[in-house]
Amino acid sequence: MKTREEIAQVLANSGYIADGELATAISLMQLLRRPLLLEGEAGVGKTEVAKALASAHATELIRLQCYEGLDQSAALYEWNYQRQLLSIQAHHGADAETIEERIFSEKYLLERPLLAAIRRAKPPVLLIDEIDRADDEFEAFLLELLSDFQVSIPELGTISAITIPHVVLTSNGTRELSDALRRRCLYHYVDYPDVDREARIIMARIDGSTASLSLQIARMVEGIRKEELRKVPGVAETLDWAAALVGIGVHDLLDAPEVVHETLMCLLKTHEDKSRMTREVTERLLGKVA
Amino acid sequence: MSCCGTNPGYEELDEVSRLVSTKLAAFLKTLREAGFAVGPREGQDAAALMAAGFAEKPGLLRSALKHLFSARKSDWDKFDGLFDAFWLGKRVRSRSLTMGSAQGANSPSLKSLQDRKSEPTAGDAATDQVPSSDDAPDGRAGEGRMEGASRAENLSEIDFRNMADPDQIEQAHDVARQLARSMRTRLTRRDLARRRGYRLDLRRTIHGNISHGGVPISLVKRQHKAKPLRLVMLLDASGSMSMYTGVFLRFIHGVLDEFREAEAFLFHTRLAYVSDAMKEKDAARALDRLSIMAQGAGGGTKIGESLQTFNRWHAARVIHSRTCVMIVSDGYETGDAALLGREMAALAKRCRRIVWLNPMMAWQGYTPEAAGIKAALPYVDLYAPANTLKSLTELEPYLAKL
Repeated sequence: MKTREEIAQVLANSGYIADGELATAISLMQLLRRPLLLEGEAGVGKTEVAKALASAHATELIRLQCYEGLDQSAALYEWNYQRQLLSIQAHHGADAETIEERIFSEKYLLERPLLAAIRRAKPPVLLIDEIDRADDEFEAFLLELLSDFQVSIPELGTISAITIPHVVLTSNGTRELSDALRRRCLYHYVDYPDVDREARIIMARIDGSTASLSLQIARMVEGIRKEELRKVPGVAETLDWAAALVGIGVHDLLDAPEVVHETLMCLLKTHEDKSRMTREVTERLLGKVA
Repeated sequence: MSCCGTNPGYEELDEVSRLVSTKLAAFLKTLREAGFAVGPREGQDAAALMAAGFAEKPGLLRSALKHLFSARKSDWDKFDGLFDAFWLGKRVRSRSLTMGSAQGANSPSLKSLQDRKSEPTAGDAATDQVPSSDDAPDGRAGEGRMEGASRAENLSEIDFRNMADPDQIEQAHDVARQLARSMRTRLTRRDLARRRGYRLDLRRTIHGNISHGGVPISLVKRQHKAKPLRLVMLLDASGSMSMYTGVFLRFIHGVLDEFREAEAFLFHTRLAYVSDAMKEKDAARALDRLSIMAQGAGGGTKIGESLQTFNRWHAARVIHSRTCVMIVSDGYETGDAALLGREMAALAKRCRRIVWLNPMMAWQGYTPEAAGIKAALPYVDLYAPANTLKSLTELEPYLAKL
């Protein structure tokens, strides 16, 4: 088992600055072989965790984006009907059993993310993104898959997992997940990073950002998050803003209050928020950054 | 368990693991009483974690168990406090625990469990951590108790007109929840019954007809999934409504919990979006957060202005073609009644139905004479009293028809 420090280091190398608790969560994932459920506001970097995990394990990331109406044929497997039909036509007159055996073989099976994830030689990271958007029925089905790691295809029989994938689920909390699914998973609440961690994230992700500028940006964003906003800016927005400031050539926020105010559009995504962040508010927040 | 310097003998090791698992079982029980959904599997995993060296440092153990035992944000937030109180509060260091010292055995929660099996499934009588478990009538003990706590808190703040008996208020919550639940199942069934389809599903048709050699004999059709009914509730939290606010807050909590899509707003002199605050599973905490919002500034009800804010900023997001807007208010407008009329007209264009619930309507001799309600009534599809649980239940058939 890797220690937490090692895990944090490996994640950092792949561009994700984890807090100590997340490193614990990941070491538990390996130890207990349970899926990890990440919850948190939009834009705090839930999906990034899975990406970093995949690159840390040097393995494939298989992503299943959930949406309303997602069903087995889009998530698990589907038969390649066109090819099956062609095959039937091509072998017209052959005896029925031979045909059946042929068209229900693996050659005609289309792998979808969930099936793909359990049939890789090296355990991949399976990211089930925004599970709260899928229907209750799909959630129940997923629960079954996550406990047995086997799939039964009526025409072909049961397919057991070759390797058990590292499963990461994310949820934005638009719908309450079932207790059964929650219990099956380890739970981690991803919060907005603190100033120090956010500054390190900016430095890791944005080329040309200095330590002092990153810290200023992180402090400024922290101040903005404390304002009464409709949509609180996430880490992705912070990175956009930092990239914009670096691109414009700002080295010190205090030198360029005008630019700061005008580039706030990177952070504020609704008209209401934009009108709330007046010049005065920007200046007040800048005053605290110093 | 080899974290300590000395190498304990086998007997001693057995003793250690017995103590640890007993203590762990007590901790699981504490968690369950605090509303956590933890079962035997979690217990096994926790024991495995301790054996794997996570018990060496309290901080590490806390973080590990937190991930394992929490299932939602409210669990996540309160876990640290529970852990510290249980493992660290009684001067029991986890190191001494893993060594199986007498100190560990002396802690009161352990004492009460000594004669019991260490299985974490023990769902019987209380340890000293439980104040009382006899008052819960059925198996849903934890839930009932949580609501009980909130009941006590809210009673002191909100005075319901004829409902001072705690049992009745408890019932109000339950009925509200059941109502929301029954409305939801009815909606789902309607969806299924209507699914006849108007468009061919080519893929499934081909698949279904492989047995006919690909000749499409039986057709598979598809239809857009009907959008579930969305309920948007606007609750008047002004002074004149204070006798009813508590009951309706509970109703809204039930609706948000059970409806697939629901949004809630409070208004008095201004409008507040409260769905997020109320999505808290723990009813007591949700109501706590709300009572702060609901207090607001005294001094009238600006229904018109609040609706204007709603139409301007929220309507586009929360209203779709199958939305029912439910306004709960007595209609005493202290602002501009004409503005209320205009905003009601705008709202009526957007949504499918407007239900106006007026608790005062059932009062004897009440006629809708307030300027506000007069201006609003032409745009209201259903104007109903809502002062008793029964009248709330009677809404169900109407909502199901939408």
